[in-house]
Amino acid sequence: MAVELPDLLFASDALEPHISARTLEFHHGKHHKAYVDNANKLIADTRFENMPLENVIRQTAGDEARVGIFNNAAQAWNHAFYWQCLKPGGGGAPTGAIADKIEAEFGGYEQMMDEFKKAGATQFGSGWAWLVLEEGNVLRVHKTANADCPLVYGCKPLLTVDVWEHAYYLDYQNRRPDYLAVFVEKLINWEFVNAEFRQ
Amino acid sequence: MAHTKLTYPYKLPELGFDYAALEPSIDARTMDIHFNKHHGGYVNKLNAALEGRAELQRHDLVTLLGNLDAVPESIRQAVRNNGGGHLNHFLFWQILKPGGASAPQGELRRAIEGKLGSFDAFKEEFSQAAMNRFGSGWAWLVITAAGELKVISTPNQDAPSMTGDVPLLGLDVWEHAYYLHYQNRRDEYVANFWNVVNWDVVGHFFEQHR
Ligand SMILES: [Fe+2]
Ligand SMILES: [Fe+2]
Repeated sequence: MAVELPDLLFASDALEPHISARTLEFHHGKHHKAYVDNANKLIADTRFENMPLENVIRQTAGDEARVGIFNNAAQAWNHAFYWQCLKPGGGGAPTGAIADKIEAEFGGYEQMMDEFKKAGATQFGSGWAWLVLEEGNVLRVHKTANADCPLVYGCKPLLTVDVWEHAYYLDYQNRRPDYLAVFVEKLINWEFVNAEFRQ
Repeated sequence: MAHTKLTYPYKLPELGFDYAALEPSIDARTMDIHFNKHHGGYVNKLNAALEGRAELQRHDLVTLLGNLDAVPESIRQAVRNNGGGHLNHFLFWQILKPGGASAPQGELRRAIEGKLGSFDAFKEEFSQAAMNRFGSGWAWLVITAAGELKVISTPNQDAPSMTGDVPLLGLDVWEHAYYLHYQNRRDEYVANFWNVVNWDVVGHFFEQHR
């Protein structure tokens, strides 16, 4: 099936002043769109053409001959997931089942978020920080480089933040830690994280 | 003009031109942040990683990066990232020039034509290397250990010195190098780079290392 560019669930200026409309318009309308368009071009007339996107990602991971498909397919998926992790007026302490899980496994929300922000700040170059469920229902913070995605490692992603420079450079320039702090305090969509956790 | 040996304690070089001097190819705000914050950050973190490590401090940076196996594992990645970041940017500022020569001359010109066909073919190959680097990294024209000219690309801040290549020309394609002015349009940034290359310096590096 064709890879799709999902609409944002909020207006492009809805996250201001934390993430500017200009950033979102480039990020969604140019970067994400380019990954989607490239993925569709590259899978046309291949056995990946009618495969669910998650399977394309898993089946092309680590395959040198298909690195272009992997990069664009995984970035299409990562960005679609990232948009759902954001909401106006979000952030702060979690509620619901995920709050109890975080408390049980990290000893508290602050400890988990310190680890999450550190993962984002120390991902050298381009990439992503994640909160995932590993096999065995274990909650962990991961970071991945470039397009790499926890689906490849048998994990269920619950939350992600994009730390490619394009995600924050117009608003924060070199100050990636400031972007990460704002993401955690003002933008996380805990309803989405809870919904993913319950699945 | 020679490749300078860089040693601990590392420091930011003199830029040698105003932040606005490369406009419109590279804007002043980008130059200021790129030089002071990004390059400055690599220098500070490299010094921090090597603090109290006398046995590593006495080697120059090219030697350190060419022998990362000899760097203790606890700081190896920090030296690789920040040492590469310092060395790469140190070269990058030198090969940029306001109103630079439009093409290489002399021996370098002949070598590029001999190895890569023509100057235009070289520019095409180098631009492709810059465009195809997925994520953060660099495109390079290097001299290999075997003495051959070659276009390569490295991820993140990996330096050509790590594999024994000598860089003559480098282009930073981290998004921080162009995002304020070009956003997602890396292709325009790469095209405009050719307007500000200091071919005299690249030619001197070639004379020194061929
Ligand atoms: Fe992104
Ligand atoms: Fe840079």
